[in-house]
Amino acid sequence: MTEPLIYELSSPGREGVKPPQLDVPESALPQGWLREDLPLPEVSEIDVVRHYLRLSQLNYAIDKGMYPLGSCTMKFNPKINEVTARLPGFTGIHPLQHPDDVQGALYVIYTLQEYIKAIGGFAGVTLQPAAGAHGELTGVLIMRKYHLERGETQRDTILVPDSAHGTNPASTSMSGLRVVEIPSDARGNVDLDALRSQVCERVAGLMFTNPNTLGLFEEHMEDVIDIVHGCGGLVYGDGANMNALTGIMRPGDAGIDVMHFNLHKTFSTPHGGGGPGCGAVGVAAHLVDYLPGPIVVLDPNLEEEDDPYFIFHEPPKSIGRVKAFWGHFGIMVRAYTYIRMLGSEGLRRSAEHAVLNANYLLSRIKGVYPLPYDRICKHEFVVEGRFKDAPGVHALDIAKRLIDYGVHPPTNYFPLIVPEALMIEPTETESRQSLDNYADILLKIAQEAHETPDLLHAAPQNAPVRRLDEVRAARNPVLRYEH
Amino acid sequence: MVYIPHTDAERRAMLATIGVADIAALFADIPEKFRYPQLDLPEPLSEMETLQELQFLAGLNLNANTTPTFLGAGAYRHWVPSVVDYVISRGEFYTAYTPYQAEVSQGTLQAIFEYESMICDLTGMDIANASHYDGATAAAEAVIQAYNVFRKKRNKIVLAPTVHPQYRQVIHTYTQGMGLEIVGGDDPTTEIAHLVELVDEQTACLILQTPDFLGQLHDLSGLADAIHARGKDAQFVVITNPISLGLLKPPGDYGADIVVGEGQPLGLGLNFGGPYLGFYATRAQFARQMAGRLVGKTVDIEGKDGYVMTLTTREQHIRRDKATSNICSNQGLMALAATVYMAALGKHGLRKVAELNYHKAHYAADAIDAVEGFAVVRRKPFFNEFVVHCPAPVEEINRFLLEEIEAVEIIGGYDLAQDYPAMANHMLVAVTEMNSRHEIDLLAEALSAFGD
Repeated sequence: MTEPLIYELSSPGREGVKPPQLDVPESALPQGWLREDLPLPEVSEIDVVRHYLRLSQLNYAIDKGMYPLGSCTMKFNPKINEVTARLPGFTGIHPLQHPDDVQGALYVIYTLQEYIKAIGGFAGVTLQPAAGAHGELTGVLIMRKYHLERGETQRDTILVPDSAHGTNPASTSMSGLRVVEIPSDARGNVDLDALRSQVCERVAGLMFTNPNTLGLFEEHMEDVIDIVHGCGGLVYGDGANMNALTGIMRPGDAGIDVMHFNLHKTFSTPHGGGGPGCGAVGVAAHLVDYLPGPIVVLDPNLEEEDDPYFIFHEPPKSIGRVKAFWGHFGIMVRAYTYIRMLGSEGLRRSAEHAVLNANYLLSRIKGVYPLPYDRICKHEFVVEGRFKDAPGVHALDIAKRLIDYGVHPPTNYFPLIVPEALMIEPTETESRQSLDNYADILLKIAQEAHETPDLLHAAPQNAPVRRLDEVRAARNPVLRYEH
Repeated sequence: MVYIPHTDAERRAMLATIGVADIAALFADIPEKFRYPQLDLPEPLSEMETLQELQFLAGLNLNANTTPTFLGAGAYRHWVPSVVDYVISRGEFYTAYTPYQAEVSQGTLQAIFEYESMICDLTGMDIANASHYDGATAAAEAVIQAYNVFRKKRNKIVLAPTVHPQYRQVIHTYTQGMGLEIVGGDDPTTEIAHLVELVDEQTACLILQTPDFLGQLHDLSGLADAIHARGKDAQFVVITNPISLGLLKPPGDYGADIVVGEGQPLGLGLNFGGPYLGFYATRAQFARQMAGRLVGKTVDIEGKDGYVMTLTTREQHIRRDKATSNICSNQGLMALAATVYMAALGKHGLRKVAELNYHKAHYAADAIDAVEGFAVVRRKPFFNEFVVHCPAPVEEINRFLLEEIEAVEIIGGYDLAQDYPAMANHMLVAVTEMNSRHEIDLLAEALSAFGD
């Protein structure tokens, strides 16, 4: 099934939705500066509705079924979030209105900052970063500036474990710092000896993902943090995996100095087919002054009997603004809504059930799919998508075969340290039936890998398109519609 | 428990399958002293109570959509056709992830391909990426592209002082570890010709905004050649307002190398500043140096058309510390909204919206100029935003417009003294198709009552 491009539905002279009539006299247009043609489609509203509705039906989505992409936390997106975020008093406010006139919005931002502080164990929070990687950039720039302000200009190195998300080294080099990779040990932890051999006065910090991308809690967390602090470095926490820890452990308590949270993972805001997200950053007390400004604070001039009044505040040693305006306010409203409904106990139980679900699914397929690190996992786990006695079958084949069975594949080929990796994160919002269905399909596919491997190689056959030629796309890029 | 479907019986059965006695056993590897902290959060609410609380908070804000508003400065009140929210509310779009599995993500991928095509059409450029966080971060990534094109060997950047002040700040933040020299000063009356003279062979790019932060339109003819000649192919980066391109010749026609901007005017609400949409377009020759995701057209093994993310070797998940950017999540759903907006208005509608903005803004400028004590600063042509010299501090006038007129509240323009100390008493006034003639007349009347 294919759908033509919206351009191909165009009919010359057809008009779409109509703008209002001009109710003022015309002014002279700047002749010579006007464009001759605007080659956008000419379609009617019904063309638009049907075209994008048909496109939507070519997508898989969490509203359709289980979507266990490891590291992505595809949990259910509660429908109330969409209702609160669309309240006219939120959608209709301009970011530069006077604070007097947007106190409701500032209350939401301030209170969400406080909630994230409470959940992470941090002294300060910014909600300005737009996404996880944006939060990482913010965090690394904070670490860099902290050392510069202390005169430690030689600290130009960030240590990054080999299991880290690709954004960690990319954020580091964007900040002008150098990456040194730290290997993992035989149990999937950061290798302590390797770490010790790399710490020195050049280290600005370590980027630490815990639970790591193998879904395993770092067994030597305290040692890792002590070693890095011991050389004068800071520890950055990659909060992509926070869904395993809400209400279970506060990273700030363990000595994490700075950490981003993905509100679009842990706090149920939707992924939108790639965004928008929100990459809130929490910091310990010694880094509060470096946060990107402005942040929202209670007016310090208030008397005790005054109503709360919120203002913007510029941290004195701020790295500077990382985004225009105040961040993704619409996403903040959704996360606020979610935390308000769950409270402390709800957040803890979410983490507990995320971990229960991952371990249950792992137990169901263990022994069939090779498991490189056999431990209790946290919210996700990584198996190998290959079988000794079915040599032609790869993780990619398994992923594509899952599509034929009507479910979404896990993350594959990441983390890089596991060959043919399948990284599975079911999240707490999947029921036992849903997990059993997924496990049954994985077991069936393992059997097919041995008996009828061609079914895997040919997959998917039950999808809008078959396997797509990525080499051709990259070699002869067609990146736009040609008129 | 809300959003957790497990029954007690199911939980017990699952624990038995795992082989542990209770859920706590799954967390035994976390040091005990850190386990189960008390979180200082309020008691949970039901869905009904949560909605009521948020309705109360939303009600504390003054809704600029339903109030006569003349505030712009980078975020604009435009009319959003109903079809936009209809499409982006489809669960198949908004609850999908980044399209990593192309075969079950053709809807998202084709929509991005259409978005990229429309941004190219609008800007007159060859290729566009799948979006950045906003106009400011798109501008910062444009600087980084230029820096990368010259293999990090050129460290001078010429930044026009009339680029949005927050974008200027973000460019400084993003590049603070790169050792760049950013020149151009902060005097908003600096002539563009003077900026071009600052370009030399150590310059990676010159960044200009049109309409600029003060609403002024700049004549781009000849600039690209001059910059390329003086700076030995130094890149010409243009920041622009997409609605203005419904009317005006696009920067691509003038030889720009990179065109970026804030896509919020294309069908996104004000939303107190976000989520918005950074659009980014460049020339085909820079496809491998640009940041962000690209979707390309290809075929499947049966020869059927399909779409995939392509040229991914630029990206962080492949290239790690050698990637062109760290960007991963972008503004997918906002790009979809802009796509639907551009499709729904189409060739003729976007032109009409642009003309409405132009004519209404010029009508408003004349009306305000006629008020005693107020004078429109007319140095250059303008699109939908202009500067007014006022007889008093802008904050005072804005208070008056909101509070002192009987039965009417008006949200006035932006106080330029916040960014340009020499521009005390200067107000930046934005006018869009949402401002009726009645609203504009009301503003002029109110201003004439000021000081009475």
